Formats: sequence, structure tokens, C-alpha cells
Amino acid sequence: MAIKFGSEEWLKAFTQEISQSQAYKEAAKKWEGDLYFIIEPEASLKDKIVVYVDLWHGECRSSALVTDESEKTPAYRIWGPFSVWRQILEKKLDSVQAMMTGRLKVKGDMAQIMRMPRAAVELVNCVTKFETEFPD
Amino acid sequence: MWYFVVPEVVFGQDALSRLAELKGKSAVIVTDKNIVKLGLVDMVKAQLSRAGMESSVFDEVEPDPSLQTVSKGVALMNQYKPDLVVAVGGGSVMDVAKAMRVEYERPDLKAEEINPFISDLGLGIKAKLICIPTTSGTGAEATFAIVLTDTVDQRKLSLINREIIPDIAIVDPALAMAMPPAVTADTGMDALTHAVEGFTCTWKNDFTDGLCIRAIQLVFEYLPRAVKDGLDMEAREKMHNAATIAGIGFINSLTAMAHATGHSLGVVFHVPHGRAVGLFLPYTIEFIGEAREELWAELANSLRLEVPKGEKAGPILARAIRGLAKSIKEPLSLKEAGIPSDKFDSSMEKLVDNAMADGSLIVSARIPSVAETEKFLRYAYEGKAIDF
Repeated sequence: MAIKFGSEEWLKAFTQEISQSQAYKEAAKKWEGDLYFIIEPEASLKDKIVVYVDLWHGECRSSALVTDESEKTPAYRIWGPFSVWRQILEKKLDSVQAMMTGRLKVKGDMAQIMRMPRAAVELVNCVTKFETEFPD
Repeated sequence: MWYFVVPEVVFGQDALSRLAELKGKSAVIVTDKNIVKLGLVDMVKAQLSRAGMESSVFDEVEPDPSLQTVSKGVALMNQYKPDLVVAVGGGSVMDVAKAMRVEYERPDLKAEEINPFISDLGLGIKAKLICIPTTSGTGAEATFAIVLTDTVDQRKLSLINREIIPDIAIVDPALAMAMPPAVTADTGMDALTHAVEGFTCTWKNDFTDGLCIRAIQLVFEYLPRAVKDGLDMEAREKMHNAATIAGIGFINSLTAMAHATGHSLGVVFHVPHGRAVGLFLPYTIEFIGEAREELWAELANSLRLEVPKGEKAGPILARAIRGLAKSIKEPLSLKEAGIPSDKFDSSMEKLVDNAMADGSLIVSARIPSVAETEKFLRYAYEGKAIDF
């Protein structure tokens, strides 16, 4: 059954997939840093969604949906319009290409991202392992 | 959305004379001592002087060049204030020149900070970058990648940004004539690996496909001739073209697993880059296998390889590449490459770690697990075709 995008249930499914993914564990075994994924409202998405995940050595230590961006100060912020995130989640757009073409903006330690690009790919794979229901 | 980025390419015999048409007061020539000794820098200086330009030479580029070398070169540029940076050499020289140009034009940015997410670098205002390859393989004259070594942290830095692409690539076969047979073979296998991986990785695209196929055809036809007779001008010219064509092809699509494992082998055992990636290429084709069967068939067809009914094209293509490698005396296994088995075993964790962390792996049509990567390396050590 499809899970509503950006809901608590959706975040739980996402973090469960992270904890079960051997590929992610291997790719991100040296990753240190928490992130905001910021989905900017556009068309059918009326309100901004901010997903917080604290990723540490291949594990997700904590996660939350954040209403006030100033609530946390994560090491990384990745943001872009809903349509871009949707294409990535539907596997129509490569996440690294989206960042390289500026369709997704990135803030944080670029050197660490460049050393572990496969971690980003495997993280996206985790979120595509279950069906997401997008707002129409 | 994606980009296709390419420098102005001047190719063929006498292409070097393009330098005489350039505007500017002075140039810094970036090279290494061997290239100076071969007289190739004098050829470049003569053309620059026809353009009325003074030139100064920075010849301190070493194999696996360091950030510190870049800094030395930038110090010279800051003193000399050139309008042109002219790289004459192989991949290391061109990588250093690219990084020097960035630091010269953007003093606020260190070479190690170059990454694909920065936009508007604003290059080309203080100085244009001209790359003149003296080997036929790296393709660096047409790419926007730089590989440098951080000698303090003992690690390789792969730096990419599409704005660092050279302004002009001068692909003159006369500059490649001095390459000895082993270097010709190694670098030629590098070009082949760029083209095969560029054609089959997950970022392949319509703009690069044709370039990659043509480069593969040229390598198969002309590399054995260029290795056998370095004075065969036609073979030299075609291989020089093949390398640049493959460079344009792969940088706009990327390379994959042969490069991830090849980079790792190079760092740990200092195997020349082209030899390392070329060695892993047939194993990579076998490993990716079914995921790219249609593309292997397309390549086999373009090389007029016979694929009997009911057989897969991947293994046939892999066999053809091993045949080519054998004909030019390239090693077919890590054992043949002279890597001692005890050192191979004791370095396994590092080899796997490096390969798994390599950016090239993200565009592989089949991404291996840690266990599969170790198995892959062990098969490549023994020279055993991949069957998993």
C-alpha cells in the first residue's frame, strides 16, 4: 500500500529501509553528519516539508519531520522543488545528476559528499523501496 | 537535464600551429622534465613566439602530482601574470595546469575545493587554458576532471567541475611520436576503457554514444599498429584522435567499475593508470553482464565480432579485448602484472575500500557489494573470467 509522501508513516518506512539496507551500510560506513532534506512547495504540494535524518556510519540515529527549520542545525542541507524530488523518488532522475546540475542545491562539507557519492545513491534507493503516494 | 561540454578541438598534423594564431602577451608552459628533454617544449615555444608571445616554463610536474606542485606553479603564474596556460604532457601535466588556472583566476578558491556543485567559477578572464597531449589515452585535454594527490593526508583527490574544461585542445600526433611502446599500449587501453565505460554506464546519453563507439573502433584498428611501429604516423594520428574522442565521450557520461578498481589498484600498487583500468575492463564487462547485454551486442556489432546464435555478446567482447591486450603485451591478470600474492592478500581490505568509495562506481550498471568486489579482484588476480 502506498504511503503518503512526507507523513510520519512515510518517514518511518524510510528509516526502516535505511536500517535494513546492507548496501547503504557499506556505502556510508564512514559518513558522519545529519541532514535536512527540504522539499519546497510547488503545484500540488502546498506546504514545505523538511525531513531531518541523523546519519552516522551507515546507521540512522534519529529522524523527524521538522516544521521550523531553525529547530536544528544539521551539517548538510539539500533543497529543491517538489517536482525534482518526485522525479528522483520515481527513479526518473539521478540524485547526483540533480545536484550536479543545480536542480537540487547542497550546503555542507562538499569534500565528504564527493568522497561518498554512493552513500547518496543508496540513500535514494532506500526511499524508493516502498510505494509513495504523492499529492495530486 | 544534462550538459555536453567540449573544448575547441584542433586536430591532425600541424595542429600545433594553432598556437601561432592566439592573442596574448605571455604564456606559462606547464610540463615535466622529460617532455622538455624530448624537445617538445621547444616546439611549443617556437609557435608561441610566432604569435609574439613570451613564455615561461614550469616543468616540475611529477607523476601522481600533488597539491603542493600546484601551489608552486601558481606562485610562478602570479609573478609572471600570463594570458595563457599551455599544458604540454600527459594527464598529470594537464591536471596540474587545470588546477593552476583555477587558483590563478580564483585566488579565493583552493584546488582541493573544486567540486561539481560550484557554479560561475568565472574562468577564462585572466587566462585561457590550452592543453596539448603527448600521450594518446588520458583524454584530459578534453575533460573537466582533475586528479591530484594530497601528500599530507596520503589520498587521491578527484575534482570535477564542468567549468574547468580547457578552452582549446590541440591534438597533434607529432607530439605523441616519442611515446615508447609500453606507454603507447597502456595509454591506448585507457582510451578504450573510457570509451567502453562511457558507452555503457548509467549516465550514457545520445551525445556521447557515437563518440564512444568511434573511439573503440579506432583503438581496435590502430593501437596494435601504433605499439608495433611508433613511427607509423597514420596509427599515431588515429590513436591520438581516439583518445580525445573517448575523453569527450566519457567525461560527459562518466566511467564505471573498471575505473573504480583501476584507481584503487593504482593507489595501492602504483600500476600505471591505463594498464590498471584496461586490465579490469574485460572482467567488468563480464561482471555487468546481462544488465548491458544489448549494448555489448551493439559494440560487438560495431567491431564486426561474430556472436553465434544463442551466445551472449558480453563474453565475446571481453575475449576480444583480452585478445587486443595480449597482442600489445598488456597483462591479462594482476598476477601477470607482477603483483605478489602475499602483498595482494594483505592489501585486500584497502583495495576493496578504495574501489567502493570511488565516485565512478555510482554509474555502474551493476553495483557490487563489498563481498562481490573482493571476489572480483581475486578473479582478476588469477585471470579467471567472472562467472557470478
